[in-house]
Amino acid sequence: MSDTKKKGSAPVSTNPAMMFLRENMGIIIALFILCIFLSVFPGTSSSFPTVKNMFNVLRQISSNLLLACGMTMVIILGGIDLSVGSVIALSGVLAAGCVSRYGMAIPPAMLIGVVIGVVIGMFNGIVVAKTTIPPFIVTLATMNIARGLAGVYTGGSPVRVVSKEWQFLGAGYIGGVPVPVIIMIIVFIISVLIMNRTKIGRYIYAVGGNTLAAKFSGISVWRVKFLVFTYSGLMAGLAGVILASRMYSGQPTAGEGAEMDAIAAVVVGGTSMSGGSGKLGGTLIGALIIGILSNGLNLMNVNSFWQTVVKGVVILLAVFIDYIRNIKKAD
Amino acid sequence: MAPSLSIREAGDDLSDNVILKMKHISKRFPGVYALKDVSLDLRAGEVHALLGENGAGKSTLIKVLGGIYHAEEGEIEIDGKPVRIESVQDAEKNGIAIIHQELVLVPYMNVAENIYLGREPGKGFLADRKQMIREAQKILDDLGMDINAASLVRDLPIAQQQMVEITKAVSVNSRILVMDEPTSSISEKEVENLFRIMRDLTKKGVGIIYISHKMSELEEICDRVTVMRDGEYVDTKVVKETNKDELIAMMVGRTLTNYYVRDYLEPGEELLRVEHLSDGHRVKDVSFEVRKGEIVGFAGLVGAGRSETMQALFGLTKGSKGDIYIKGQKVDIKTPNDAISKGIALVPESRKEQGLYLIQDVRYNTTIEILKEFIGHLNVNTKKETEITQKYIDMMKTKTPSQQQTIGNLSGGNQQKVMIGRWLSTNPEILILDEPTRGIDVGAKSEIYAIMNDLLKTGVSIIMISSELPEIINMSDRVYVMADGMVRGCIDHGEVSQETIMQLAAI
Repeated sequence: MSDTKKKGSAPVSTNPAMMFLRENMGIIIALFILCIFLSVFPGTSSSFPTVKNMFNVLRQISSNLLLACGMTMVIILGGIDLSVGSVIALSGVLAAGCVSRYGMAIPPAMLIGVVIGVVIGMFNGIVVAKTTIPPFIVTLATMNIARGLAGVYTGGSPVRVVSKEWQFLGAGYIGGVPVPVIIMIIVFIISVLIMNRTKIGRYIYAVGGNTLAAKFSGISVWRVKFLVFTYSGLMAGLAGVILASRMYSGQPTAGEGAEMDAIAAVVVGGTSMSGGSGKLGGTLIGALIIGILSNGLNLMNVNSFWQTVVKGVVILLAVFIDYIRNIKKAD
Repeated sequence: MAPSLSIREAGDDLSDNVILKMKHISKRFPGVYALKDVSLDLRAGEVHALLGENGAGKSTLIKVLGGIYHAEEGEIEIDGKPVRIESVQDAEKNGIAIIHQELVLVPYMNVAENIYLGREPGKGFLADRKQMIREAQKILDDLGMDINAASLVRDLPIAQQQMVEITKAVSVNSRILVMDEPTSSISEKEVENLFRIMRDLTKKGVGIIYISHKMSELEEICDRVTVMRDGEYVDTKVVKETNKDELIAMMVGRTLTNYYVRDYLEPGEELLRVEHLSDGHRVKDVSFEVRKGEIVGFAGLVGAGRSETMQALFGLTKGSKGDIYIKGQKVDIKTPNDAISKGIALVPESRKEQGLYLIQDVRYNTTIEILKEFIGHLNVNTKKETEITQKYIDMMKTKTPSQQQTIGNLSGGNQQKVMIGRWLSTNPEILILDEPTRGIDVGAKSEIYAIMNDLLKTGVSIIMISSELPEIINMSDRVYVMADGMVRGCIDHGEVSQETIMQLAAI
């Protein structure tokens, strides 16, 4: 109803942290309940609430959260990026190949892996920005191309790298903290800063919320789209190299379905698939819920098929809660 | 008490030609009454205007009638019998058809398919397409619509889509027809046609509830008028026995003096000169000039190319040609950013589609053009952001509960004020307003006129596109009239009238 007389009930806080808490109360409570349950449930109370297990969970969600950071931006923009899972494979096998086949030093080899992700992201970005082909189709195509190329390059078998240095990125520790966790934290902070403290961050919401209005606003719509897809590609390249490092090899099957896990984290985190709204903080909680849930189910020895079922139910529940809230708001 | 009981007005309760009675309708939304004890009766063969500012509850009342909302209190009678309208299907069964403000056509279907959507002729699953197109074409021709039944709806201009919507509603042979601002996006010629159709329908005994903001239409087409304000019933009058001032006073609850606010000052030197502007499509060799401190009106029929001209000037149209001079200097405008940096601002015609970020708040929508003033080095100066927003809320007298209010929840008038505020934040010298008061209530309209008048004194020049002739006539220093993508003439304030404009505008 367009009625300005409907006054906001109580004075509400404008503090971003408080607003975030209020907006995401549902999933934050869900996360707490989950943690408390796993901490007191007899089957997991000894193994779940330990520092070692916490780092374990964080390391498990690290590559998903990297992808989900890019995916959150893409979805707020009103798009989708299906290629990220395949990019993980391609960047991993190429980085590994540079070392094992061409004897390249490890840092530049890994950089090449990351750059592959960026290049595919740029390609997605250019096509999405300069044409009206839907992002779903464009990235569906690059998803297949990247996965196919990873298979062609490796002939279907893993490219092994046996070196302590190679494993540092995915399996190493700095001050007792796993390296991928550190990378995840840094990337997450950078992503939050981009979304909340830069002009481009606001432009992403503008383009996703109303592309035509953004054009009338003088926003360079194509540049925003291009940059966001490139960032998503960068995230995928980074995740690919980290995963290859952790598995001592680049594997052509790595990251299968990873795009769906990233989308799940974004959606559970309350970002609307129709674009224009959403928060990275929600995505973090979404990734944590999914990660902790699967960790808990592992500790309870629930088989992986049931775990997948549970994951599906959680996604459904999350969007259902969101749906109910929106109905209430619309009233 | 006693004497008043004996007095009965003609056509009151006892009259048998009352087809619809809505009695004491109340509808609550959490925290507010959207409708409070509203009554309305509609007679067969009359056009009954429903008048009120945005947010007065007109649309809510119509949605109750159409089965979209349920009223908590009150009842609806048709032909004197109480009916329950719980769904859109119930409404249809009772002979009620509603033409909503927003178009609800399926863009990728043809006109005939849209007209017959949900009630396709033919047997079984297979609709007979040829027969359907033939029958639809017959209906369109009978109504005098110049529309091909086989063309895709998405290929039609908005005005014609609106006419398809009207055809669809008329073709179901309903007895109670509701039209929610049907003329907001159609041209004068089509308005005439619409009125003719309405008169034909009323002769057949159809009762029409007509919602419009345009007072002139009321006098032309309506028999009675019911005024609503803040969700409440104010009064019902016979149109012939009332006048515009009285109705406006009833709508706003106070008497509006000086509806159009305009001090005519001597314009300054030339600020903008456009020569031979073309976009290769809808804009053909357009030339005009704007002097400092004047309002230049652009009149013309819908589709005359006025909005396209301004969009080309603003750098929104790729491949447009022509020379643009600002203060005598030739400038190159390739993108909206170029235009903004040259001091041009464009408040577009369609607020919701081209302007607003509906799910964002007032603050976001106000400041999107000037982020660099408070965002830099990974830091957002929230205090400054709040100050800027407040400045434009105050300047525009925008009514909003807070800066964090989602803009989609504001009334059209307040949304428009935020839009104008947004563009004033760029400190323009030339402010282009495309249909600045479309679909907003009279109170807000008058306030926007006053703001325009004030802006002129600060040295801003305004280009105003408007399809409302009284607005063009009363606010402009000069009026350019366009038709078919070309400027047909320029009329000075002294000579401008509906006649002089229409003579140039009609092709």
